Amino acid sequence: MEATFYLSGLIAVAATLMVVTRASAVHALLYLIVSLLAVAIIFFVLGAPFVAALEVIIYAGAVMVLFVFVIMMLNLGKAAAVKEREWLSPGMWVGPSILSALLLAELIFILVQNVQDGQSVYGGTAISSGAVIDSKEVGIALFGPYLLGVELASLLLLAGLVGACHLGWHTDLRFGSHSASRSDGARS
Amino acid sequence: MDLAMNSGFSHEWAAIWVNLILILAVLFAFSAMLSWIERRLLGLWQDRCGPNRVGPFGVLQIVADSIKLLTKEDWIPPFADRAVFVLAPAIVAVTTLLAFAVVPIAPGLGVVDLNIGLLFFLAMSSLGVYSIVLGGWASNNKYSLLGGFRAAAQMLSYEVFMGLALMGVVMLAGSFNLRDIVAAQENLWFCIPQILGLATFAVAGIAEARRLPFDLPESENELVAGFHTEYSSMKFGLFFIGEYVGITLISAMIVTLFFGGWLGPLLPPLVWFLLKTLIVIVCFVLLRAALPRPRYDQLMTYGWKVMLPVTLVNLLITGAVVLSAA
Repeated sequence: MEATFYLSGLIAVAATLMVVTRASAVHALLYLIVSLLAVAIIFFVLGAPFVAALEVIIYAGAVMVLFVFVIMMLNLGKAAAVKEREWLSPGMWVGPSILSALLLAELIFILVQNVQDGQSVYGGTAISSGAVIDSKEVGIALFGPYLLGVELASLLLLAGLVGACHLGWHTDLRFGSHSASRSDGARS
Repeated sequence: MDLAMNSGFSHEWAAIWVNLILILAVLFAFSAMLSWIERRLLGLWQDRCGPNRVGPFGVLQIVADSIKLLTKEDWIPPFADRAVFVLAPAIVAVTTLLAFAVVPIAPGLGVVDLNIGLLFFLAMSSLGVYSIVLGGWASNNKYSLLGGFRAAAQMLSYEVFMGLALMGVVMLAGSFNLRDIVAAQENLWFCIPQILGLATFAVAGIAEARRLPFDLPESENELVAGFHTEYSSMKFGLFFIGEYVGITLISAMIVTLFFGGWLGPLLPPLVWFLLKTLIVIVCFVLLRAALPRPRYDQLMTYGWKVMLPVTLVNLLITGAVVLSAA
C-alpha cells in the first residue's frame, strides 16, 4: 500500500509541474485532471474511499469539465500557444521559484522536526493504522461539528446560483410575451 | 503475473483471473452482437428487414463490420491535435469497462466488491464525458466542436440528477455497496418504492449513453456526425464499442438498482440477471425506434426544470419515509 501512496504522490507532483509548464491550455487541464486522479488514489490509500470517490466525481468529473468547456469556447489556436510560450521566459520563473522554494523548505523542516519528535510522517493516521473512514462517519462529522461550515458553503453556492440566474435571464422574457413577440418581429 | 505463476498460482488467483477474463470476453462479444440485435429490432419495428445477408439471419454482420473497421485507413487529420485525438476514443472504452467492474452479476460472479461501488460507477460515468468533449475539440473541426459543446452541457446537466436519483436507493439500502443493494431487494424490488428514481435514472442513463432521443452530440442531420466526424477505422470503432458497452452498463445498473439484480424464482441467478438486462436493452432500442430528437434548448429545459425537481421531490419523500420508519 505504501508503494501505491508514494507512486501516486510522485505522479501528482509530476503532473502538476506539467500543468504549470504547458503552453496549450487544454493540455495543461488534462495534466491537472491526472493530478486530481492521483490525489484521489492517495485519499483511497489513506483510508478515505468516500472522499476519493467525491474527488473524482466533483473535481475531475464536473469542475474540470466546465474548465475544458470554457477553454474550448475561447477557441485558442496556435497563436495563443506561441504567446504563452513567450510569457514562459526564463526570467518569469525567478519570483515564483523563490517563493515555492521557501514553502518547500518550510514543509521539509516541519516534516523533519516531526520525525525527530518520534511521530510518523503521517501523523499517526490511517496508512499505519489501516482504519477506513466510511461515508456514514463523513456524514455524521459534516452534520455534527461542521454544520455551520456546511450551511455557509451552501449559502455561497446559492449566491452563485442567483448570480448565474440573473446573468442568464432573457431581458425580452422579463416583460412578458408582448415585448418578446415584438422583439421577434424586429429580428425578422 | 509472472510472480503468481512461479509461486504456484494459488486457487483464488486463478478464480479471479478466470472471472475477469470471462466477464470481459462475454461483455465485448455481447456489446458487439448488440449492434446486430439493435438493427434487426429497429428493422422489425420500422417494417423493414435490417441486416439479414451475412450468415443465418445476418448474425455474422458484426464480423463483416469489424473486418471493415479494422482494414480501413487509420487517418489522423493534419490539423488535429494528435495526442488528444488518439487519447479521446480510448477514454470512453476504458471508463465504461472500468465501471462494469463493480456490477454484481451473480453471487460470486463479478470483478470487484467495492464498498463505494455506486460512487465508483458515478465517477467513471462522469469521466466518460471527456472522451466526447476532447474528441470534439481535438478534431479541430467546427461540427466536431459543436458536438463536443453539446456533449459537455448535456452530460453535465444530466449527471447532476443521475446521482441524486440513486440516493433514494442508497437511503433504502443503507449502503453504497451494490451487492448490499441487491440483497436489500430480497422482499421488494426498488422499482416500486423508487418509481420516480427509476424514471429519472433511466432518462439520465440514456442521456449519458448518448442514445437516440438524447444523441444531440452527434445528430447526423445537422452536425455531420458531431464529435466523431473526423474519426475513422478502429478509433471510430472504440467510440462505437464504448457506446454499446455503455448501453449494456446502464441496463445492468438499472437491473441491479431497481429490479433486484440476480434475484428471482426458479431460474439460476445468472440467467435472471442476463434476462432482465436484455429486456431493459430492448426497451432502450424501442425508445430509439419510437422517439424523435428534441431541440437542444428543450433538452436542457427538460433536464433542469422537470427532471431535477422530480428527483428532489423523490429524495424528500424517501427521506421522510425512512425517518418515520426508523
